Amino acid sequence: MGAQLRALWGWFDARMPSVAEQWKIHAANYYAPKNFNFWYFFGALSMLVLGIQIVSGIFLTMNYKPDASLAFGSVEYIMRDVPGGWLLRYIHSTGASAFFVVVYLHMFRGLLYGSYKQPRELVWIFGVLIYLTLMGEAFFGYLLPWGQMSYWGAQVIVNLFGTVPLIGPDLALWIRGDYVVSDATLNRFFALHVIAFPLVLLGLVVAHILALHDVGSNNPDGIEIKKTKGADGHPLDGIPFHPYYTVKDLMGAVLFLAIFCFIMFFVPEVGGYFLEYNNFIPADPLKTPPHIAPVWYFTPYYSILRAVPPLFHSQFPGVLAMGVATMILFFLPWLDRSPVKSIRYRGSLYKSALALFVVVFLVLGYLGTEPTTVWGQFGFDAFFLDTKDVATWVARVCTVLYFAFFFLMPWYTARDKVLPVPERVTS
Amino acid sequence: MDNTKRRRYNLPLRVVNYNNSISMNEQEKPDKTRRNLIVATSAVGAAAGLGAAVPFVASMWPSERARAAGAPVEVDISRMAPGELAVVEWRGKPVWVIRRTQEMLASLKAVEARLSDPASKASEQPKYAENEYRSAKPEFMVMEGVCTHLGCSPQLKGLEAKAEMGADWAGGFYCPCHGSKFDLAGRVFRGAPAPVNLKVPPYEFVTDGTLVIGEDKEKKGA
Repeated sequence: MGAQLRALWGWFDARMPSVAEQWKIHAANYYAPKNFNFWYFFGALSMLVLGIQIVSGIFLTMNYKPDASLAFGSVEYIMRDVPGGWLLRYIHSTGASAFFVVVYLHMFRGLLYGSYKQPRELVWIFGVLIYLTLMGEAFFGYLLPWGQMSYWGAQVIVNLFGTVPLIGPDLALWIRGDYVVSDATLNRFFALHVIAFPLVLLGLVVAHILALHDVGSNNPDGIEIKKTKGADGHPLDGIPFHPYYTVKDLMGAVLFLAIFCFIMFFVPEVGGYFLEYNNFIPADPLKTPPHIAPVWYFTPYYSILRAVPPLFHSQFPGVLAMGVATMILFFLPWLDRSPVKSIRYRGSLYKSALALFVVVFLVLGYLGTEPTTVWGQFGFDAFFLDTKDVATWVARVCTVLYFAFFFLMPWYTARDKVLPVPERVTS
Repeated sequence: MDNTKRRRYNLPLRVVNYNNSISMNEQEKPDKTRRNLIVATSAVGAAAGLGAAVPFVASMWPSERARAAGAPVEVDISRMAPGELAVVEWRGKPVWVIRRTQEMLASLKAVEARLSDPASKASEQPKYAENEYRSAKPEFMVMEGVCTHLGCSPQLKGLEAKAEMGADWAGGFYCPCHGSKFDLAGRVFRGAPAPVNLKVPPYEFVTDGTLVIGEDKEKKGA
C-alpha cells in the first residue's frame, strides 16, 4: 500500500512538480522567526474562520431563500425544520463575530510589533483591503435574515452613500435598486455576499500571504532575521514553518475552537451582541425599532458617525469622518516615523499613544452599542452645548483622540526615545 | 531548481533584471509598426472591456416594475381624533398624517429658538407648506416619517416622555437610530445629527375628509 501510494505520488509529482515546490516555498522551506508568541496565532486563525464561514455558508444557501417575502421564514425554517440547520446557522453567526475578533487581534499585533513598517507595507495594505472587504461581506450578510435590524441597518448604511455630495442620492438608488431597501436590494446583497465578496476575499488572502512570504515574517523583536544567516543560507533565527508553526497553530486552533464551540452551543446570541434581539422580528419598512445599533464590530465607527454634528445642513461630515477613520489605516506605514518596529524598543510616547488608542477604540465601541442618552445629560447649559448628552460628548473626545493617534503619529514617533535593538531575536 | 529559487527569494527588495544576460543592443530593435499595432489593439480592447461593464452596472438601477410602483395613495382623515397620528405607506416609505390640537400648534412657536432651521429655508417642502405650520391646513401635518440623517423612522414622543426627553420637551419625534429630535412640524432641533427638517411630500385635500399623498394641483397641472 505504502509503496503504491509513493508510486502514485511520484507519478503525480513528475507531471505537476509545482505542488511540491509551492509546499516547500510556503511551508517546509519557509523560515519564520523562532520567537513568535501568543499574538501570532491570529493570522492562521483568520484563515480557519474563513474556511468555517465558506463551508457553513454553502450549506446555509441550500435552504435559504433570497426573497423579501420568504427570507425571514426560510431562516426560521433552517432553525426549526432542517436537520442540524440551527447548528449551521449558529456556526455561521458565531463565525462572523469570531472573524472580527481574530482580525482585530491580528491588526493589533501589527500595531504592537510594527509589522506594517518597511519592507512589509504591501502586506499591510492587502491586510487593510481584507478588513474592508470583510466589513462589506458582513454588512451584506446581515441583511439576509430580513429582520428589523437587518432592514434598518441596511437602510442606514446605504443612506451613508446617499450623503456624498452631488452623486449621493443616485448612488444610494443604484445600490438599493429601488427607492427603498426592498426585495431587489436583498437579492443583490445575497449575490454579493455568497459569491462576489468571498472571491475577492480569497484573492486578497492569497496576495496577503504571497506578499508576506516574499519579504518574510516580522517578529516580536521587530528584527529582520534574514540579516543573520547560517552557512546553509537559512536565517539563524528562523525555523521552517512546517512542522514547527503548523503544530503551534494547530494548538491555537484547538483552543480557539473550544471557545468557539462553547459560544455556539451555549450562548450563541452573546446577550444580543452576536445576534441582536430585534432581528428576531421580521423587517417592517414602516417602523424603526426603538433602539438600533449595528453589530459590535462596527460600533466604534458608528460612534464616530454619531459624534460628528452636521455642518452646513449636511450630514456628510460625519460620514466622511467614519470613512477617513478606516481609510487612514492604509497610510500607517508612512505615518510611523520610528526607527524601530517593536513596542519592546519604543519609547514612552508610542506606548502611551497606543494604550490610549486601545481605550478610545473600546469606549467608542461600547458607546456605539448604546443609545446616546446612556450616560444621562449635563446639568448645566452653555452656548457650546448643542446637545447635553454626556455620551455624545465623550464620543466626540474619543473621536478626536482616535484621529490624533494617526495624525500626530509622524510627530510623536519621530521624537520618541527608542532603545537599541539587538542583532538577534531575544528569548 | 533550489538554486534559482534561493537567488530569487533572498533578494526580494531589489529589482531583479531578468534580461541582464542580453544587453539592449544585442536584442532586435522593436518594430515600430508592430508596437503601434499592439498599443492600438490594447486600447481598443480596454475600451471594449469598459463598454462591456455598462450593461452589468445598468442592471443594478431600479427595474421598470420598481419605477411603476410609485403611485399616489388616498387617506381617509375624516375619523382621525385630535392628536392622532396615522402612518401611511407611500413609495415604500412611511408618511405621517397628524391631526394637531391647538396646544400642539402653540408648541411650534415655543420651541422655535431651539431649532436649527425654524423657517425651513434649507428643507424640502411644497410651496403650500412653506409657512409657520409647514402644512396646507394647520390642523393636518403631512410629512415623510423618514429621518433626514440616515433614513430611520422617528417615533412620536408626547408630553408624557418629558422624563426621557428633557424637561423642556413639548412633544415631537425622536429618531432611535442616532438620536435626532423633531418638533410636531418635523423641524429638527439643534444638536441632532439630522441636518434638515423632515421632508413634506406633495399632497392635496380632495374633499374635507380625503387626503391624497403623492399628488397635488401643481403636479397635475404640469
